[in-house]
Amino acid sequence: MEFRKETLDNGLEVIAECAPNAYSAALGFFVKTGSRDESDANHGVSHFLEHMAFKGTATRSTADVNRELDEIGSHSNAYTSEEQTVYFAAFLPEYHDRALELLSDILRPALRQADFDTEKLVILEEIAKYEDTPPFGAHEKCMAAHFGTHPLGRSVQGTAESVGRLTRGQMMDYFRQRYSPRNIVLVAAGNVDFARLVARADRYCGGWEPFDVRRETPRAAAHSSLDVFHKPVAVQQYVIQITNGPALEDEDRYAGRLLATVLGDDSGSRMFWELVDPGLAESASMGACEYQGAGILMTHLACAPEDTADNFARLREILAEAEADGVTEAELTQAKSKIRSYIVLQSERPVNRLFAVGGNWIARRQYRTVRETIASYERVTCDDVAAVLRKYPVTVNTTVAVGPLRDADQILAAGGENESE
Amino acid sequence: MHRTRGVFSTLTQPIYTHQFENGLVLVAEPMDWLESAAFSLLVVAGCSRDPAGLLGLANLTCEMAQRGCGSRDSRQFVSDLELLGADTSASVSTVHCSYGGAMPAESLLETLAIYADLVRRPHLPPDQLDDARQVCIQEIRAIEDELAQKAFQELRRLQYGDPFGRSSPGTIEGVESVSEADLARFFAGTYRPNGAILSVAGKFDWPQLLDHAGRLLADWIAGDAPQWQDTPAAERVVHLPQESSQTHIGIGYASVPYSHPDYYEARAAVGVLSDGMSSRLFTEVRENRGLCYAVQANCHSLRDRGSVLCYAGTTTERAQETLDVVLAELIRLGRGIAQDELDRLKAKLKSSLIMQQESSPSRSYSIAADWYHQGRVQTVDEVRAIIDGLSCDRINAYLESHPPRDFRLVTLGEKPLELPVGIS
Repeated sequence: MEFRKETLDNGLEVIAECAPNAYSAALGFFVKTGSRDESDANHGVSHFLEHMAFKGTATRSTADVNRELDEIGSHSNAYTSEEQTVYFAAFLPEYHDRALELLSDILRPALRQADFDTEKLVILEEIAKYEDTPPFGAHEKCMAAHFGTHPLGRSVQGTAESVGRLTRGQMMDYFRQRYSPRNIVLVAAGNVDFARLVARADRYCGGWEPFDVRRETPRAAAHSSLDVFHKPVAVQQYVIQITNGPALEDEDRYAGRLLATVLGDDSGSRMFWELVDPGLAESASMGACEYQGAGILMTHLACAPEDTADNFARLREILAEAEADGVTEAELTQAKSKIRSYIVLQSERPVNRLFAVGGNWIARRQYRTVRETIASYERVTCDDVAAVLRKYPVTVNTTVAVGPLRDADQILAAGGENESE
Repeated sequence: MHRTRGVFSTLTQPIYTHQFENGLVLVAEPMDWLESAAFSLLVVAGCSRDPAGLLGLANLTCEMAQRGCGSRDSRQFVSDLELLGADTSASVSTVHCSYGGAMPAESLLETLAIYADLVRRPHLPPDQLDDARQVCIQEIRAIEDELAQKAFQELRRLQYGDPFGRSSPGTIEGVESVSEADLARFFAGTYRPNGAILSVAGKFDWPQLLDHAGRLLADWIAGDAPQWQDTPAAERVVHLPQESSQTHIGIGYASVPYSHPDYYEARAAVGVLSDGMSSRLFTEVRENRGLCYAVQANCHSLRDRGSVLCYAGTTTERAQETLDVVLAELIRLGRGIAQDELDRLKAKLKSSLIMQQESSPSRSYSIAADWYHQGRVQTVDEVRAIIDGLSCDRINAYLESHPPRDFRLVTLGEKPLELPVGIS
């Protein structure tokens, strides 16, 4: 594996982790833009624009783009998050040039009105799908409650109303403000010839007009709250809880992730043994998410409505105990082992390395080998985890519940013994 | 006493197979370029073997089997696997209960020893039966909120009837009725080496693996062969009323199974329908009309029969149009496919096949499935040759003799839909 990096004259960075013996290659354009860069007026535009990239360019129709992506046998797709919009393809090495030309072209979409109108219907269907899917919007509602007016409080999808209102003109403005080559990184992993990649990238992307792009990155305030949204048709009750955590530029993010693994991994964690293994909850887990200037630890609980109060009380005990006593050496060792194995297994596919390398670069302009990443986890001590718990008390959190229960008392009233917040 | 059946050498890699005298088959594919290894261990303990009043027993047994085995209690079992770096899973299908895992190659043998304990010496601890029962009931309740999955469960029931159209979580009543004795009886009857498959893919040493598996499993005692009584579903069209934003549509029709000589023709036809962004369903339903976000069709196979199962999810007011368009595409498929569609599909299938070689779990799963369906394993080279040999003429001849028809339809949502006139 060899890491290479080059910057085109217009500011587009090209980076690659080259593995000449890999069976496949993967390419991706990582655009540093997402829902946090939107306003109330254009909420949902990042994700909608990502869809529109596949709807044709100056020289290609929608059908052309779809057909050509299939002709090269690629596994291609795109996703939008709060901070990134990523367009990627995994393919066999012989299709490298075609894949790059095609991906480069769709990064300059035509945004035709007729396509815009049809695709809006697809986005509205996607939003309707999420309304029907557990946890029924609880994730977005909790992010909104936690972050308030902070840009990270805005959902990636947008709402049916905000997307419904979007115009093609607003999308073109957004594109002109965000899709600067200075705000995009071309990332490659696997079996790629770097010199060829750079030469071709210069041919296809060298003419993109550069301009400056900014992002606001305020820190988010922490607070405690509980909101209940009544969803009578749901069978289970869904509870999401967010605590502040390390941001993506913070060195203690490794300790934060290990903490989440000890407390709330899908298996072998405290939440697993307390809530899932005894069959008290369908699921109870915690994960860490880092953003620029902000981070969160997010807990999911799903269980029968009548068991929610008791389970929620147990969950709060788990968090309070962790905050008071930290984690044990044995727990930390086990968590490290899981994470190390996960990273090694993931790294066998170039497309997974693409996301690791690209995500790290766009967040921190930093390249880490698999070994270096693992070493960062290995160095974490129980004291480091305790420090994270002091800095980000897990008992201070934002909670949102969605399901058959109607009000906060039904969630807080476990056996009548637990005091409310 | 080992009896090696054969080594099929090809340009890329050999497939090792060995059948032990008790019936257990070990199949293994070396992938020396990886640092990982993966295994799948399939026992014929799927939900089709649930007694009628105890639907969900196979799933509950699978849950209980993971609560301690050999010298390990429930917690030790989980923590030892995690310290070995094994990312494990367990699932129950109609025929099998499958345990599997991927791990750093050096952990393979030790992990297999734990799983040999699991299938042969589980504690099935009586004091944890109620906890395990609750876990299984949670799973059933969770599906009530997963509307697409719920619609699909019903479609499989219509397509395959009982017991092969069952869904493994079973029913709350079934799970509540299981006694300790039922569980012990089910385990004793189904966790047996005959019909069982152990597959391994990734980095390993074959003589060492064969020897190790022999020591762990060769003296496992065979049981009786399972018997099944097949009952087709009475209904062909079902509507499940549900207050929801979307209507979930499932359409099924019979196709050939994986073991059939025409399977790849059938698979290619479905690929033209649904693989990739230029496929017919994606183009007509999503791109041209914006009717839905998700639409797809897949080949599904049992050992002796197969089907094509389609899904579309769409808002209620556009559901009838979506159904009409999907059905029109299914009917049109019967009239044949074009060369350019096949060319794109071949490129996609070949890429997927080659990329499988970057993943030990995906090869491990594939070779176990191959053995179950065909009694042998197809190498990557063999499959590549089959894909290269696919022709429009043969696919169209297949479609002429097997046009999509006799549809099963499930709708889940606020309003039932109508099958268009002339479509059965």
